[in-house]
Amino acid sequence: MAEVSLRNVVKRYDDVEAVRGIDLDIADHEFVVLVGPSGCGKSTTLRMIAGLEDITDGDIVIGGDVVNDVPPKDRDIAMVFQNYALYPHMTVAENMSFGLRLKRYPKAEIKSRVAEAARMLDITDLVDRKPKQLSGGQRQRVAMGRAIVRNPKVFLFDEPLSNLDAKLRVQMRIEIKKVHQKVRTTTVYVTHDQVEAMTLADRVVVMNKGRIEQIGTPNELYHNPATRFVAGFIGSPAMNFLPCRLEEASGKLNVRLTDRLSFPLPGSRAARYQNVPRGEKLLLGIRPEHLTEGNGHAAPGVEPFDAVLDVTEPMGMETLVYFTLEGTQVCGRVDPGAGARDGAPLRMAVDLNNMHLLNEGTGVVL
Amino acid sequence: MSTLAIDKSGPRRKVKYGSMSRDRVWAMRWSYFFLALFAAFSLLPPIYMLITSLKSSAEISAATNPWWVYHPTLSNYVELLTSNQFLRFFWNSAMVSIVVVAITMLISVPSAFALSRMRFWGSATLATGVFLTYLIPDTLLFLPLFKMFALFGDLTGIQLINRWYVLLLLYPTLTVPFATWIMIGYFASIPKELDEAALIDGASWLQTLTRIFIPVALPGLIAATIFAFTVSWAQFLYPLVFTTSTDQLVMPVGIITTLIKGDVFNWGQIMTGALLGAAPPLLIYAFLMDYYIAGLTAGATKG
Amino acid sequence: MADVAFQHSSVLGVRTAAKRTGLKNALRRKSTIAFLMTLPLILLITILVIYPALYALHLATLNKAMTKFIGFGNFEFLFKRETFWMVVKQSCIFAVTAVIFKALIGFIVAHFAHNIPSKKQRKWRGMLLVPWVIPPAMSTLAWLWLFDPSYSAFNYTLSFFGIGPIPWLGDAIWARFCIILVNVWFGAPFFMIMYLAALKSVPDQLYEAAAIDGANWWQRIWYVTLPMMRNIIAITTLFSLIVTFANFDITRILTAGGPLDRTHIFATWAFRVGIEGGDIPLGASVSLFMAPILAVAAIFILRDISKRGNEA
Repeated sequence: MAEVSLRNVVKRYDDVEAVRGIDLDIADHEFVVLVGPSGCGKSTTLRMIAGLEDITDGDIVIGGDVVNDVPPKDRDIAMVFQNYALYPHMTVAENMSFGLRLKRYPKAEIKSRVAEAARMLDITDLVDRKPKQLSGGQRQRVAMGRAIVRNPKVFLFDEPLSNLDAKLRVQMRIEIKKVHQKVRTTTVYVTHDQVEAMTLADRVVVMNKGRIEQIGTPNELYHNPATRFVAGFIGSPAMNFLPCRLEEASGKLNVRLTDRLSFPLPGSRAARYQNVPRGEKLLLGIRPEHLTEGNGHAAPGVEPFDAVLDVTEPMGMETLVYFTLEGTQVCGRVDPGAGARDGAPLRMAVDLNNMHLLNEGTGVVL
Repeated sequence: MSTLAIDKSGPRRKVKYGSMSRDRVWAMRWSYFFLALFAAFSLLPPIYMLITSLKSSAEISAATNPWWVYHPTLSNYVELLTSNQFLRFFWNSAMVSIVVVAITMLISVPSAFALSRMRFWGSATLATGVFLTYLIPDTLLFLPLFKMFALFGDLTGIQLINRWYVLLLLYPTLTVPFATWIMIGYFASIPKELDEAALIDGASWLQTLTRIFIPVALPGLIAATIFAFTVSWAQFLYPLVFTTSTDQLVMPVGIITTLIKGDVFNWGQIMTGALLGAAPPLLIYAFLMDYYIAGLTAGATKG
Repeated sequence: MADVAFQHSSVLGVRTAAKRTGLKNALRRKSTIAFLMTLPLILLITILVIYPALYALHLATLNKAMTKFIGFGNFEFLFKRETFWMVVKQSCIFAVTAVIFKALIGFIVAHFAHNIPSKKQRKWRGMLLVPWVIPPAMSTLAWLWLFDPSYSAFNYTLSFFGIGPIPWLGDAIWARFCIILVNVWFGAPFFMIMYLAALKSVPDQLYEAAAIDGANWWQRIWYVTLPMMRNIIAITTLFSLIVTFANFDITRILTAGGPLDRTHIFATWAFRVGIEGGDIPLGASVSLFMAPILAVAAIFILRDISKRGNEA
C-alpha cells in the first residue's frame, strides 16, 4: 500500500510562501509528474515528501501514515537527485548497497538485490567502478539503481535528467519508463521540462507560484487546459493567444480577431460559449498545429485566411511559420512542401474545432 | 555563398621569431637564480646543523673552517642516541605529540562537521569564535594558566605542575582551532546532496560523518593531523613553564636546558640534538609535503 | 480531472495528535547532537583560553604575593619603569619590521616560484618551506651557533673580506637585527606559500588584458595582482602580526632579552618577571599589555576584509 497524499501542505520561509496549500492524492503504482517553471515550488514539495524539508502546515501521508515528523530514513522512500549524489569513495555496488548495509540486511540478499537492479539498468559491468570513472548517463543509472535496490514505497525523482545532454535525455526517459513498467513503484517525478512530463506521467500536476494549476492526464492537460498558464506551458511550440471578441450576428457566434478577420464558431464549440458575454475582450487560444496551410478543401470549423510570414523555421518533417496579427506573434505548423518563405504571403487555415477561449484577466479557460 | 577574401597585401611587422621566447628564457633564468638564492638562505641553518653535528669537539674548538667537516665523526649521534636522558626527551615528545594529535582530531572533526553541516543556533558565531581564539596568544595565557594549575594542584592534590601529561591539556588549545578550521573548509566543499542521499539511505548523523564525510575529506584529515603533530612537537613556551625536572622535559626544552651546561657549549652535541629534534617534522614533511601545503592553503583560501 | 479529494482524510486513520511536540523532538534531536559534537571544543576554549585570559586581568590587579588587591598598582609600577617602555617600543618595531620583510620577501619569492613551470615548482616549494617546518627552537639554536661570539661561521666568512668580527648578539643594534633576521627566515615561507596559492588563483586573462592595455610588469602587479590578493594579504598579515608580536622562542633562545634588556619583547619579559622573578601578577600585567595592541590591529584588518567582501 503506497499511496501518497498531500493535504493543504504549506511551506513558508520567513516571509515567503514557497508552497501555498497543495492538495494531491497519488494512487498506488501511479507515476505522477510535478511540472512547472523554476520557483514554482515543485522541488520544495518533493523534498517535503522526502522529509528533507520541514512542513510549515498541512499533512503528508504515505501508505496511510502521517509522516510529517518522520525522518527520511523511516519513510521508506528512495530519491534520485539531479546531481546524482553518488558517494565518490565507494564503488557502484557499494553505492547501491549503502542503504541496505546500514539496515544490516543479510549479505546474500544485498548481493542479489544489487545484481538484479544492475541487470535491470544494464550496469552489471560497472559495479566495481567508482563514480568518477563513469559517464553522466551511467551515473544516473547508478543513482536509480540505488533507489531500486531499497524496494521502497515511493520513488522520488528530482529533475534527474536536467544534467544530461539532449540525446541522452531521450534515452534515459525511456529507461525510466521501462523501469516503472517493471517495478511498478509509486513515483513522484519533478521536472521543468513539459516533454518529460507528458511522456512519462500517468498524471501531470502543473504548478505555478506555489499552487497547483491543474492535475490531469497528459491528454487532458493538452486538450482541455483549465488555465492560461497550463495552456501556454504544455505543448511545444506553445499555444498562441490572440486577442479577440465574441460577436453575434444573425444568431450565429463569430470570433473577431481584427477589423478584417473574423471567423464563425463551428457547431462543436458554439454551444459551449453560449453564455459568454458578447463584445468582451477575450483571448483565443489556438495551438500551432491547428494553424496550417490552406489546402482549398472546406471542412466544418476550418476557416481559411491569408497571412504574410515573418520568419520560417524548416524543421524537416514540418515547417514552423511565424506571422504577426495585430502586434501579436503567431506560430503555425505547415507542411514542408507548402511553399512557405520568409516575408512571403501564405494561404493558411485555422481549425477552430480545437479552439479555446480565455478570460484574459482571470486566466481561466471558458 | 559569398567567400571572404583574406587581404594578404597589408603591411607586415617584422616579427623576430624567438624574441618573445628569449624574454621568457631570461625571466626564467632570473627566477631560478633568485629561487636558488632564497633556497640557499632557507637551507643554510639546517645544513650547518648537519655539518656541525658531524664534528668532534676537538675540531670545533680548533676553529677550522666552520663550513667543512675535516674529520667527520658520528660520535655525537652515538652519544645522544645512547643517552637515556636524550631518549627520554624523545619519548616524552613522541608520547605527547601523538596523544595530542588523537585528542585534537577527536575534538575538531565532530566540531567541524557540526559547524559546517548541521545548522544550529549559534553555529555561525561559534565558527568565527573558534577563529578568533587565535588572537589570544599562548604568551598571554601562560602565566594565568600557571597560577590556575598551581591552585588546582593545591586544591585537589592532583599535581599539574612539572608533569608532562599537563601538556596534553594545553597543546590542544593551540592545535584544535586551526584543525577545526581546516576541516570546516574541507567539509564545506562536499556537496550538500551527498548528505541528503545518506539521510534517505538511512544514515544517522554519526554514520554520515564516519562513513561518508571522513573518507571523502581524507586529505583534509591528513593535513590537520600533520599540522597538529608539527605544532605539538615544536612547542617551547608551555613545556618550559610547566615542566622542570629533567625526566619530564620534551625535546626542545630538554636540548636547550641540558646540553647547554653553564658556559660550556658542547656545540657538536647541541647541533646533533637539534637536528634529531627537527627530524620527525622534517621526515613527515618530506613524505607528505603535498598534504601539508594543501592543508595550509585550504585553511586560508577557503576561510 | 482535478483530484482534490478532501473526503479521504476521514477515511484514513490519521495520527495528528502528536504533531506539534513530535516536530519539536525532531528539531531538538538534531540541535542536541550538533551541540554535543561541539561541546568539547567549547569546553576546551572556555576553560583553557577564555577563562585564563580573564583570570589574567584579575591577576594583574594583585600584589606580588597575591594576597592583596592593588588595582592598577602593577600598571603604575610598570609605567614608571624604563624597561617597560623599551619593551613596548621593541615589541612594536620588531613586529612591524619583521612582518613587512616577511610579506615582502614572501611576495617576491612567490612571484619567482610562480614564473617557473608547475612541475618544477614542487621541488623549489619544498626547499623553501623548510624553515617553517623545523621547530623554531631547534633552528634558532643553529642561528645561535652561527652568531656565536667566538666561533661564528659568519664572522669566519666575513673575515676573508676584511670585515671585522661582528658582535652579533653582543651589541644591542646587531642583536635586534639578528632577531628580526631569524624571525624573517622562519616566517617568510608561510607568506610565500599563501601568496603562491593566491597568485595561482588570479586568472591569466586579467594579466593578458592588462598587457594588451599596455601595462608593464610592475603596473600589472599594482593594478591586477595586488587588488585580487587583498584578502589573502590582509589575513596573512594579521596572523603574522599576532604571531610575531607574541613571539617567545626566538628571542628567548638567541638573547634571552639581552644585552641589557635591549631585545626584550612582551613575552620574554613577562617570562623573566613572572616565572623567573616569581611575580606572577606583574608578569600578567606585562603580557596583558599586548591585548589592546592586538585587538586594535585585529579590528583594523578584519574591518578591511569585510569591507572588501561587501565591495565584491
